[in-house]
Amino acid sequence: MFDIFEGYDLLGAFWITVKLTVFSGIGALVLGTVLAAMRVSPVPLMRGFATVYVNVVRNIPLTVIIVFCSLGLSNIFGVTLGAADDFEELAFRLAVLGLAAYTAVFVCEAVRSGINTVPVGQAEAARAIGLSFTQVLRHIVLPQAFRSVIGPLTNVLIALTKNTTVASAIGVAEAALLMKEMIENEAQLLLISAVFALGFVILTLPTGLFLGWVGKRMAVKR
Amino acid sequence: MTSVLYDAPGPRAKRRNIFYTVAFVVLLALGVWWIFSVMGDKGQLEWSLWEPFVTAQAWTTYLLPGLGNTLKAAALSLVIALPLGAVFGIARMSDHRWVRVPAGVIVEFFRAIPVLLLMLFANEFYSAYTGVSTDVRPLYAVVTGLVLYNASVIAEIVRAGILSLPKGQSEAAKAIGLRKGQTMTSILLPQAVTAMLPALVSQLVVIVKDTTLGGALLAFPELLNARGTLAANYANVIPSFIIVAIIFIILNLMLTTFASWLERRLRRAKRSSGAVLAADTAGAEEPVAEPGVKTDDGRAT
Repeated sequence: MFDIFEGYDLLGAFWITVKLTVFSGIGALVLGTVLAAMRVSPVPLMRGFATVYVNVVRNIPLTVIIVFCSLGLSNIFGVTLGAADDFEELAFRLAVLGLAAYTAVFVCEAVRSGINTVPVGQAEAARAIGLSFTQVLRHIVLPQAFRSVIGPLTNVLIALTKNTTVASAIGVAEAALLMKEMIENEAQLLLISAVFALGFVILTLPTGLFLGWVGKRMAVKR
Repeated sequence: MTSVLYDAPGPRAKRRNIFYTVAFVVLLALGVWWIFSVMGDKGQLEWSLWEPFVTAQAWTTYLLPGLGNTLKAAALSLVIALPLGAVFGIARMSDHRWVRVPAGVIVEFFRAIPVLLLMLFANEFYSAYTGVSTDVRPLYAVVTGLVLYNASVIAEIVRAGILSLPKGQSEAAKAIGLRKGQTMTSILLPQAVTAMLPALVSQLVVIVKDTTLGGALLAFPELLNARGTLAANYANVIPSFIIVAIIFIILNLMLTTFASWLERRLRRAKRSSGAVLAADTAGAEEPVAEPGVKTDDGRAT
């Protein structure tokens, strides 16, 4: 019954899904934190820029962004990301770029809401006892903010794992593309779909449960 | 302005802020200049590439039919997913284990897998087992995939909406002798529907964005797909992407603005029980249990 999976690199496809998630997750975390820092900064122009970025990017479909990375950035503008003659690697890197740019918005919103959950009185009290800006951040605000950010960031990570399937639109050989190929060529539609669905359940469910548990344990009770 | 991070700026902080502003302006200007110079180098600023968008033909032949299909698929998905989601959301709160557990498993399953997988499955399913003609098959597949996914998201919104109502509502209903079904249909649901309207409108944004998957992988002729045909005709890849992105941004911004307006209005209304789900509740892992509590969890799909 499972012979149909012979000749297809099922694990390899899911490995690419995992790699897409990890790389774009790291990229999104970095970019999103920078955006969040800009969104809460005292400089109005930076706040404005970050707000515009968030509102523009969150309203563009991810598919449009990823397809643009391939057809626009790569084909027209000649962006190669250091993989000029390796088509597979180039598509992978473009997908990571698109996913990171898109997911950064949601990371930014999660981090910002985390900072906003810290009551202003906490920082005011800290300043009143004479702590400096960096001390306030290090000892008072960030420890509380990080803890309340775990839950929302988990949701972002799970959404990102599912969103990596969009990379199949530009031919990255991840799980969804392999599934498309297999159900077109093989007869066992239900079995194949069930296996791929199970693969994603295995990727997302334990992460969600574990990080959800961590988030709940770490959350600051108010 | 005082925030948790900084006080109202004094003279030194003001000077520093001005320096940061100037530095940032320079950086931004460099970025914008770089984008325009690259576009200029690649000939993407030429008027001939942008001209189609001021003529009626590009809009009537490509963009508007594409936008129409996007809206059609999104509206159909929402209309079908709503009752389905309501049923599953209520079933998940049933007193009977044999109803509650399967409903929960189904909802969690469809929330855990990517919507694209559901679309691919539906497309192949219709092609192999049904006589749906190939013209409408992509639409059917896109709507089926979106319905399966969003029904389970809406089920969670419905559940959160009902849980957000004060406990006294169902207790009072019980006290005057209403049955469970009566409590649900005449006390809880009417209030919950109002409470979850903002969250539902925001979910529509997610649905609109997800229709593009059908355009990219199932040849469903929605806006992104129409852009492809348009660019093949006028050879204006970058301008067409920019125009399509702007259309999506305007459409979705209108929906989000409407959702938050609705949320504010409902919160102000005195008639309701005071329970309103925040516009971005969808996608939140935990339903909001307290009335009127705003969660800021990322709406991340």
